[in-house]
Amino acid sequence: MIDLVGLTYTYPGAPRPALRDIDLHVPAGQFCALVGPNLAGKSTLCYAIAGFIPGFYKGEVTGEIRVAGHDLVRTPLAQLAGQIGLVFANPFNQITGARFTVREELAFGLENLGVPREEMLPRIEEALQLTGLGELAERSPYALSGGQQQRLAIASVIVMRPQVLVLDEPTSQLDPVGTREVFETLDSLTKTGTTVVLAEHKLEWIAVHADRLLVLQEGQIARDGPPRQVLAEGGLEPLGIAATRYTQAARAAVERGLRPADRPMPVTLDDAIGYFAP
Amino acid sequence: MNIAVTDLTFTYPSGVQALRGVTLTLLSGEAVAIVGENGAGKTTLVKQFNGLLRPTSGSVTVGEWDTRSVSVAKLASRVGYVFQNPDDQLFERSVIKEASFGPKNLGRSEEASASAAAEALAMVGLEAEVNAHPYDLHLSQRKLLALAAVLAMHTPLIVLDEPTTGQDARGLARIGAIIRALKAERRTVITITHDIDFAAEHFERVIVMARGQVLAEGPAPDVLSRTDVLAEAEVEPPQMARLAHALGYSGTPLAPGDFVDMVERRTNETT
Repeated sequence: MIDLVGLTYTYPGAPRPALRDIDLHVPAGQFCALVGPNLAGKSTLCYAIAGFIPGFYKGEVTGEIRVAGHDLVRTPLAQLAGQIGLVFANPFNQITGARFTVREELAFGLENLGVPREEMLPRIEEALQLTGLGELAERSPYALSGGQQQRLAIASVIVMRPQVLVLDEPTSQLDPVGTREVFETLDSLTKTGTTVVLAEHKLEWIAVHADRLLVLQEGQIARDGPPRQVLAEGGLEPLGIAATRYTQAARAAVERGLRPADRPMPVTLDDAIGYFAP
Repeated sequence: MNIAVTDLTFTYPSGVQALRGVTLTLLSGEAVAIVGENGAGKTTLVKQFNGLLRPTSGSVTVGEWDTRSVSVAKLASRVGYVFQNPDDQLFERSVIKEASFGPKNLGRSEEASASAAAEALAMVGLEAEVNAHPYDLHLSQRKLLALAAVLAMHTPLIVLDEPTTGQDARGLARIGAIIRALKAERRTVITITHDIDFAAEHFERVIVMARGQVLAEGPAPDVLSRTDVLAEAEVEPPQMARLAHALGYSGTPLAPGDFVDMVERRTNETT
């Protein structure tokens, strides 16, 4: 679904490339998380996969970007409308505010594409259902909580039925309730076959929900594998990623001789309960 | 210098009643975290401390100043407020101008302002970016710049609204170190945060808010062990407390080290 081959990208006027020689294949339906310190290239990789490079951000691209059957290096952004979705950190960068209700907000993008009304209505219902917003359909977008607004931002993208959904730190402004809502929504989307690429700092959530974890460092992929495995292997601190508190506790227990050194490190709460159980 | 909040209510012009009878005293030199879900009234409360908002009824005093009769400019010499969204705060054309604006605006000399700004930028790790335009910085760096701009004012009280948002591991470590430094100087640090583990690890006192009211407040280990109150406020207990609870340990460890101490005690008891 996503194929990047030897992708190197430099923003206009930047002294160094933001992405360097990236090779990446993401199969359809995979939930792929991107982590790394700020400025490592997470947002840039999101923009590249979503068609914003070089469609919106100019600069210098070498290599190939193929997503959902499109050659993104050569396809104008407008031709991609709806096929690849991008969700930002701040939901109000996404929600038009031009409509009075959640349902009308979801109709906005479809109206712009000239989708017939009889096709619009079931697609809106589907997006409401997948994001759990059904009961809020007649509310004003401004009367929603942070988590609900971010779910609306996601709904306004998935109503276009994108094959690939890219999200750049969508939970950074949200409380724990909102964060849970967003991850549960992403789970139901990947079950329907949508490919999800998520840039995110919250490792405990990634470990539970994502299929794959990519660690970026200075524009390159430094680690790639199942999240629990990558996180349990450790050695990520030099890459600017802190171990979860559960891992930190286990390491301290090993150092004090309270647990043997040869057991796999816990990453999540459930892992840690098993690890520390007497 | 204490902050005293007495029977405070606040209603926005839209009619939304955001605070419904809050009474609190924040003591000089305390590190206090205010937690609660989005819309609980946390930001509305702290904006009363520097006069950005004024009570609808009740009162807020900062030292001997009643915020109803003191200007925001004057309150700014006592209460530094770092906005949640740095773009609501930053307006200068260079990083160094941004960081020296606050002290200059408080009437400090050019020289004193420049040195306070340079020191604050070094604390947040932006010393190499002094000539950059704030809007050329990454959002996480703009947040650190907004923090530096307030640090440079050397106010006795400092309010941090969601300081950890969007920060990576290095940014979090830096913010933790800054909070420790402020506490060592006996300055009052008040934070609003969704990151309950950050609150548990750095703040001695916790205030839990919901629906414009204070549900609970007190020493962090006491408040964060009250699972009923936390559930009502839609706040999850700290990760280590959840782990200890799941394993049937009594007590509320706030950080990995506290939890491992419990494991060690139990191991010693059983051997």
